[in-house]
Amino acid sequence: MASAPPDVFDRQRTLVRRRSSNNSAPDASATPARRVRRSPLSWVRGGGLSTLIFLAPMLVVFGVFSWYPIVRAVVMSLQETNLATAAQWVGLQNFRHVLDDPLLGTAVRNTLYFTFLALVFGYPIPLVMAVLMSEVRKWRGLYSALAYLPVVVPPVVAVLLWKFFYDGSPTGVFNTVAGWFGLGPYPWLQSESTAMPSLVLEATWAAAGGTVIIYLAALLSVPPELYDAASVDGASTWRKVWHVTMPQLRGIMLITLILQLIGTAQVFLEPYLFTGGGPSNSTLTVLLLIYNYAFGNSLGGDYGAATALSVMLAGALAILSAVYFRLTRSWSTS
Amino acid sequence: MKTSRVLAAALTGVLAVGLTACSSSSKKKSSDKGGDVTLSVVSLKPGSEKAAFDTFNAQIKQFEAQNPHIKLQPKEYEWKATTFAAQLAGGTLPTVFTIPFTDGKSLIERQQVADLNKQFQTLPYASQFNPTVIGAGKGANGDVYGLPTAAYGVGLQYNRTLFKQAGLDPDSPPTTWDEIRADAKQIADKTGQAGYAEMTQNATGGWMLTTLTYALGGRMESDDGKTATVNNPQTKAALQKLHDMRWDDKAMGSNFLYDWGSINQAFAAGKIGMYMGGSDVYTSLVQQNKIKPDDYGLAALPLDSSSSGSGILGGGTLAVVSTKASEAQKDAAVKWIDFYYMHKLTTQDGAQLDAKTLAAGKQPVGTPALPIFNKGLLDKYNGWISSYVNVPLPQMKSFTDGVFSQKLVSEPAAHTQELYTALDPVVQAVLTNKGANIDSLLDKANGDIQNILNRG
Repeated sequence: MASAPPDVFDRQRTLVRRRSSNNSAPDASATPARRVRRSPLSWVRGGGLSTLIFLAPMLVVFGVFSWYPIVRAVVMSLQETNLATAAQWVGLQNFRHVLDDPLLGTAVRNTLYFTFLALVFGYPIPLVMAVLMSEVRKWRGLYSALAYLPVVVPPVVAVLLWKFFYDGSPTGVFNTVAGWFGLGPYPWLQSESTAMPSLVLEATWAAAGGTVIIYLAALLSVPPELYDAASVDGASTWRKVWHVTMPQLRGIMLITLILQLIGTAQVFLEPYLFTGGGPSNSTLTVLLLIYNYAFGNSLGGDYGAATALSVMLAGALAILSAVYFRLTRSWSTS
Repeated sequence: MKTSRVLAAALTGVLAVGLTACSSSSKKKSSDKGGDVTLSVVSLKPGSEKAAFDTFNAQIKQFEAQNPHIKLQPKEYEWKATTFAAQLAGGTLPTVFTIPFTDGKSLIERQQVADLNKQFQTLPYASQFNPTVIGAGKGANGDVYGLPTAAYGVGLQYNRTLFKQAGLDPDSPPTTWDEIRADAKQIADKTGQAGYAEMTQNATGGWMLTTLTYALGGRMESDDGKTATVNNPQTKAALQKLHDMRWDDKAMGSNFLYDWGSINQAFAAGKIGMYMGGSDVYTSLVQQNKIKPDDYGLAALPLDSSSSGSGILGGGTLAVVSTKASEAQKDAAVKWIDFYYMHKLTTQDGAQLDAKTLAAGKQPVGTPALPIFNKGLLDKYNGWISSYVNVPLPQMKSFTDGVFSQKLVSEPAAHTQELYTALDPVVQAVLTNKGANIDSLLDKANGDIQNILNRG
């Protein structure tokens, strides 16, 4: 520290002064922090340049691969273009076209249905698994690995594997198993009524492992004294889960819920690979519709409609997130 | 500390410059040098056998030997309705690529393929094309934008082994739709496999429904392409046939979400007794799906003889060139199209060299096709290559004997792919929902398609 340059001490002093001024606001004798105008030279000497240089690669990556495409998508939603000839400004026509499309209603309904089913199955299952796994003393590592294994399997491979399991003939894997219990055969992906639940089943299997690990980490960080205290008070296992575990997990649960809502609202892989939106549009989701606008028809290339619907979806999800955080602000902290 | 910060900053700078240099040097590599022309061309479908690639590479070498100033860069490619638009928009297609007849007019109209008229007129056989076939590659101004390289008619593909297992005679494939239904039921009952299957996904559902409608004498659009007519009696009858085979006979297996690739795969694996497909599909069944030649049979599609309008749906492939191509690349492209696609159809030397190379690589030679020029030249061509033919032609006799007496009907003129796509859910509904109301499904689809046609 003895060899540290003076500007480090300067900054430390400023920080101390700011903290003290914040903490003792009512004290009139304290000197209010004065905003010092820094010269470019002191900015450079203070490490501003090196901060910027280290930040630059990330700024460039985000700018080129995230922010520019977002801005471009918003611009394209107001244009008619085939990406080969010059684009034409068409105002809100793309939005009107999308809102008039009878498939939009179908896609929104299907997406909500997927989200609902994914919430019913996909939300409690990882929580229950994590609670059970946190209770076992032996082989916990093995159980965690097994729970996480589906996440390691590449999604496309998993879907193709499940497609094989979902073979609708009586000799299909799942139908054979169902047959042992005198059930089926079920059409799985080949029926308008069972296709979507089949997709949700695979999606839950594929995603549960990640959430289990998050819950498990949160569970293990719950102070053991709380359980000890509950035991002393004579609490049963169920009351310990309800009154100790759940309140401690509340913050994590709220985050995983909104992440799951946003994730399921953007479901694409499963319907695209399993059914292509069929049978008869029963698994057509909003994202698949966006894809179909842009690429589904070999010549469609309706990039305007695709980006218009993307903008609308992004807007809806942003509003949902904002409302969600506002509503849950009071109960997100224990 | 200061020194280390400066060092780190300098290092970051060097890295950044290095990365930029990498990208610019890789760009330079692909540019042309000293009058040489570099041309990326379509090779084979991804997943094709190594022997097929060896054969293709041999042809590349032959061409480059004849044209030392042209350097070819082969690129694997398979036209798919779901990926083509992305490849076109993303600029990842080769300079010379192939498209189905279906897309020709629209791509030309949208100026997404290059005008090749100047180069085309230099070809010695420019005036000898079948007018209907070359029409698929012409723009509204009469210029040629795409060269037809293959033409097919839809036929009935059938699995001879399943026919035998079901107690049917594989040398007498069905000649009416009633026979198809009866045979499909027998195959399903006796073998447990799908007696008959139908494509339903990625616009193939509409494509095959159109084929079946044509076979029964109906049409999906008015001739001028302005009025949708998909709720015609023949399409209703076609869907009723599928419904009955699926639900009453239980003869269509358990998968109703096939597209072109997956139905071929299932057929080659012996899971399907019969399905409708292009007469040229055998090549792909060998190259991609390793079908056992003994399993394969091809019959002419049964047509409703009582209807004067009945015919088989025809289609084909156009070779086109990217709009980004320079004049020199366009010249080279037409030379390549002439060499690889046309030479073998128009000259004895070319036909025999191609057949010999393909046969040496154990690739199919002699798959049935329809004439691009005229029946006379096609017969001549078949004579030239006869000693190299290695496909089981006797097993395709029913098709080759019958197809030339059948009327060939072009695909619907306007918004063809969109029409097909709009009909996919209709076919899927009939096959997955026993109570599907065919009339209302078709009325709704007709309204949707009419809206598309109204947009122009």
